[in-house]
Amino acid sequence: MKTVDIRELEKRARNVRISIIQEVYNAKSGHPGGALSCADILTALYFSQMNIHPEEPDSPSRDRFILSKGHASAALYAVLAERGYFDKKELTSFRNINSMLQGHPDMKKVPGVDMTTGSLGQGLSCANGMAMASKLNSDGFRVYCLLGDGEIEEGQVWEAAMTASHYKLDNLCVIVDNNNLQIDGQVSDVMSPYPIDEKFKSFGFETIIIDGHNFKDILEALNKARNTKKKPTAIIAKTIKGKGVSFMENQVGWHGKAPNEEEFKKAMEELCQ
Amino acid sequence: MDLNKKVATRQSYGEALAKLGEENENIVVLDADLAGATKTDIFKKAFPSRHFDMGIAEQDMISTAAGMATCGKIPYVSTFAVFAAGRAYDQIRSSVCYPNNNVKVCATHCGITVGEDGATHQMLEDISLMRTMPNMKVFCPSDDTETKWLIKEISKIDGPVYVRLARLATPVIYDENQKFEIGKGIQIGDGTDATVFATGVTVAEAIKAQEELEKQGISIRVVDIHTIKPIDSELIIKCAKETKKLISIEDHSIIGGLGSAIAEVLTDKYPAKLIRIGINDTFGKSGKAEELMKYYGLTAEGIIKAIK
Repeated sequence: MKTVDIRELEKRARNVRISIIQEVYNAKSGHPGGALSCADILTALYFSQMNIHPEEPDSPSRDRFILSKGHASAALYAVLAERGYFDKKELTSFRNINSMLQGHPDMKKVPGVDMTTGSLGQGLSCANGMAMASKLNSDGFRVYCLLGDGEIEEGQVWEAAMTASHYKLDNLCVIVDNNNLQIDGQVSDVMSPYPIDEKFKSFGFETIIIDGHNFKDILEALNKARNTKKKPTAIIAKTIKGKGVSFMENQVGWHGKAPNEEEFKKAMEELCQ
Repeated sequence: MDLNKKVATRQSYGEALAKLGEENENIVVLDADLAGATKTDIFKKAFPSRHFDMGIAEQDMISTAAGMATCGKIPYVSTFAVFAAGRAYDQIRSSVCYPNNNVKVCATHCGITVGEDGATHQMLEDISLMRTMPNMKVFCPSDDTETKWLIKEISKIDGPVYVRLARLATPVIYDENQKFEIGKGIQIGDGTDATVFATGVTVAEAIKAQEELEKQGISIRVVDIHTIKPIDSELIIKCAKETKKLISIEDHSIIGGLGSAIAEVLTDKYPAKLIRIGINDTFGKSGKAEELMKYYGLTAEGIIKAIK
């Protein structure tokens, strides 16, 4: 873990948001809303918390991150580029034919992507497998898994929650990006997963509710998770879908839509202020 | 072939796996509350810290294995074929095959020879489902010797594998001197009246048919296709050229299985008529395994009828 100034993290997160908008604008498709909602969490992980080596992305002892909500790929690619895993210029090829930056993350193509995701509900199980391997080898690496709040409607997530608790995976930290929106509307209207914290708690997790856009909150929660023993931790991060771009905030329509030229300019103006 | 010595390939699997565990410490095993039936309990007894019971949660089990594989482990994952290839299809597709993760799905209780449990537990579509996925290799061993060879051999493949294993005890066909090779069928006899392509539990039936027909002056060859993907196109074409009739027989649906795989080779490279014996687009039912084989025509008699 690196000690990083919060202002530095805020600067990085702003760069990540700029990259997200550029990626989706260039591709003319993608998922800006859910990428912007998790931008601060990913920035905290990659610039402060995780033990990683961008120059050696496959290092066996590295901490792992799984973006289980794979459609937020624009955020993961943006943070990986910001952290130096590959050149930021690559981001312009997002979703294009022949690009390594597929619509959903492909671990075989992108340096720094630890697991292929896209079909919702599978990432936590994969994270468990990594955490179990870490314990089996006494490698000591930690595993982070970001879930969407709509995603946890998938039954497999709860199979995996049972496994994480059963095998006492205290080297595992789940973060739920609780932006309260999914494609068809508010998660509470479509198929309510609430109360999320109590569900994870009853499955045997330590749970922490935070403001997912407040770096002090995020870092404190991640530190608490690191020091929790004999059980996994679930951080429920209250977030805003589309965070950082005023006209995208809390608008379900920006789940899977690219901005047009005018919207792009407006978004960039806001982010570059 | 020793008709008196019968072993179920699930048993051979369990024994081979425990042996492999001694030789390679990266081998880990995951099971979904069926270790006694899939025979991974033999490994569990020998290496308790490397055997993970995942409860009745097959989807979680497959993705967990994928995560372990990314960290250098070689997971062998077992449950009944219907719960592996069927219930966890998308997990095998997205977490295992697409990222080419090194997971060995060793599914037992395939086909109607599951017997009394009936249609819900008789997986007749797994060859079809598994072989359609890129990166996946599909195997269906026919006896004890072949299974024991295969289970070790697939540990050397860096990528996804599906192995189809049976509950029913069937004759030991091969002795320890038999040579096996991934992707190469085994030709038994060189008769020219017909070729019977068989896989898994049907290989022994084909050999019985061969012996019976020999007495009647009809000379056939049997080809054991243990590797369904990648299939041995060369041997299939050779047999199509050298024999008068071509027959396939499998304890699986005739849609998408061994017969279909052979038909694809023939269509592409050497058009010829193929008689496909298998489960004819229907679900199975309860009964004793041997009764069901007879009922669905998966026997030496069924083969003889098709040849005549």
